[in-house]
Amino acid sequence: MPHALKRILIYAALILWTIIALFPIFWTFSTTFKVAKDVQMGNIIPWVDYKPNWLGLRAIGLSPDTIFTESTPRAEFIKRFWNSIQASVGASILALILGSMAAYGLSRFSYRWKIWKNRDISFFFLSQLILPPVVLAMPFLVLYKELALLDSMVGLILIYTLSVLPIVIWIMKDQFDTIPQELEQAALVDGCSTWGAFFRIILPIALPGMVAAFILSVILCWNEYFFAALLTSSYAKTLPVMVASQTGSQGISWWSMAALSSAAILPLIVIGVFLERYIVKGLTSGSVK
Amino acid sequence: MTSSAAATGHEAVAQHVPPGRQRLGSLLIRGATLLLCAIAAVQLLYVTGYFSWGFSNWQPVFLAYIAWSIAFCWGLVLRDGEAGWRAVFVLPAVFFTLALVIFPTFFGFYIAFSDWNLQSAGGRSFNGLANFWQLIADPYFWNALGNMVFYVATVIVQYAIAFGLAMLLNADIKAQKFFRVAFLLPFMLSPVAVSWMIGKSMLEYRFGPVTNLLRWLGWEQPTLLTTPWLAKTTIALMDAWVWIPFMMIMILAGLQALPKDVQEAAKVDGATGWQGFWQITFPLMLPVSVTTIVLRIIFQLKLADIVINTTSGGPGGATDTISSYIFRVYKDRSNVGYGTMIAEVYLILIIIFVALLLKFTSRYMQRAT
Repeated sequence: MPHALKRILIYAALILWTIIALFPIFWTFSTTFKVAKDVQMGNIIPWVDYKPNWLGLRAIGLSPDTIFTESTPRAEFIKRFWNSIQASVGASILALILGSMAAYGLSRFSYRWKIWKNRDISFFFLSQLILPPVVLAMPFLVLYKELALLDSMVGLILIYTLSVLPIVIWIMKDQFDTIPQELEQAALVDGCSTWGAFFRIILPIALPGMVAAFILSVILCWNEYFFAALLTSSYAKTLPVMVASQTGSQGISWWSMAALSSAAILPLIVIGVFLERYIVKGLTSGSVK
Repeated sequence: MTSSAAATGHEAVAQHVPPGRQRLGSLLIRGATLLLCAIAAVQLLYVTGYFSWGFSNWQPVFLAYIAWSIAFCWGLVLRDGEAGWRAVFVLPAVFFTLALVIFPTFFGFYIAFSDWNLQSAGGRSFNGLANFWQLIADPYFWNALGNMVFYVATVIVQYAIAFGLAMLLNADIKAQKFFRVAFLLPFMLSPVAVSWMIGKSMLEYRFGPVTNLLRWLGWEQPTLLTTPWLAKTTIALMDAWVWIPFMMIMILAGLQALPKDVQEAAKVDGATGWQGFWQITFPLMLPVSVTTIVLRIIFQLKLADIVINTTSGGPGGATDTISSYIFRVYKDRSNVGYGTMIAEVYLILIIIFVALLLKFTSRYMQRAT
């Protein structure tokens, strides 16, 4: 195959897949600015096929003419958005604290408790990845009812922490394994305690891994739907549950659905564009050497 | 609780702990354990009606458990010195996971053997294996299980596409970063949003852009989500759209880690691109490939959100996954006992499946656990 033809084919394939990957995102953002007629005509290109309109953003009270006025939908939307931030950031921080400590311990010391050794403890944590959410769903509903944690932020944060903890431990253990042990040994000789060496020497070096683990956790928790749908109702409902409940109702207005979906994915797109490096690091740690 | 979480470093821990502190540590651990048991016992007796005084819910017991965990760690540090300090690294995560996984798993089995419908006034009653026999006779369960086999099998197709994309990105191209970010984005989007963006709007029968495109290509009636086998394929395609980036990133990282000189040596030996791929790149990539596929299959077994929000399992259960079917049993029929029985049976099935999968693939994998 001639070289030039090969290059053209490569770029054609790349552009084709870029369109496949980005068109749904473009479609969602652009539908936010369509009126009913544009939706039904299947208009695609703004300004050429149709004239952009503020309908979608007005429906959630975020268009220029409604942003300074009172708006019930906007208050509701902001509440859900804030809930999602609290749940995902809260759970990610908690998972990062618990996970980093556990990963460091497993990476550096040999534990033994009866017949269980390091390998078994690691496997115990990682095996949680296999557990599908449905298995825990009902028992959690009952447990949370008894603990008065139903529809509460704390309850949601706890279960999200549980679901991302294995991934955080996986990433952080990989990170700590790459840091030479001589570093803490030198610190210990200088009179540092084990924990002192961990906080002052190791954590600063492991920062890239922590950022990667944190970002991946935030993404997973932000998108989580199953538990949020079952365990929250009015107070702690998150954005995905709000989006899903709108989808189910009949006669949905497309522009407001598009506006909501856009709002749900926009933070992630921003993260993806600017922090892609860390996401790739998080995804590939431990499995690709 | 006399057993100790003994932690020894890679070099022996030689540190003398004064006997007074040792006793204090043991006392703290025993005292805290006693207190936790006492609070739990009081609450249990109160709930079962043997005791007239207790808490209105179990939250105090939960708080007592947290306090017990802290006291336990503290006691270990006092009693075992350096070994205790080391154990404290891993114990918080262990206590956290134990509390939130072990109890619900066992409690789940308890629910699974009971007749419990949230809508009926009767409350919960033990009914033995009745739920299990119902499950054996439930065509929807077997149908969903069959669908799971289909969805898991599609992982191989996703892998092939992801491998191709990773090769494209690994080629000597301009704007590699742009393409990488663009290809990665679908993975980050919320499945619920994707269900609406693609499932409900782009595939809308009358005027969605995809159906319009298909009509323009000459397909009279693109009934993407209403014909059973088409609906299943459509769901698989949406799922592929979300998950291909994940596999692509893993494979790309593997490709970038390959030694360049091996591939160049093959070129010098006169291997064509196709031969070079099958004889050199593919075998070298086998560990990364197997790891990626196994991870992906484990995630695929949880597939639910897209199905729930796009088709709710329809038409007629054609797109159901086990998770989405259980979600329906819970949400629409409030049948807690039966739904939990399906979940527990599914858990056992996938533990067996994943164990076998790991057994057969672990020697090809990059690194186990």
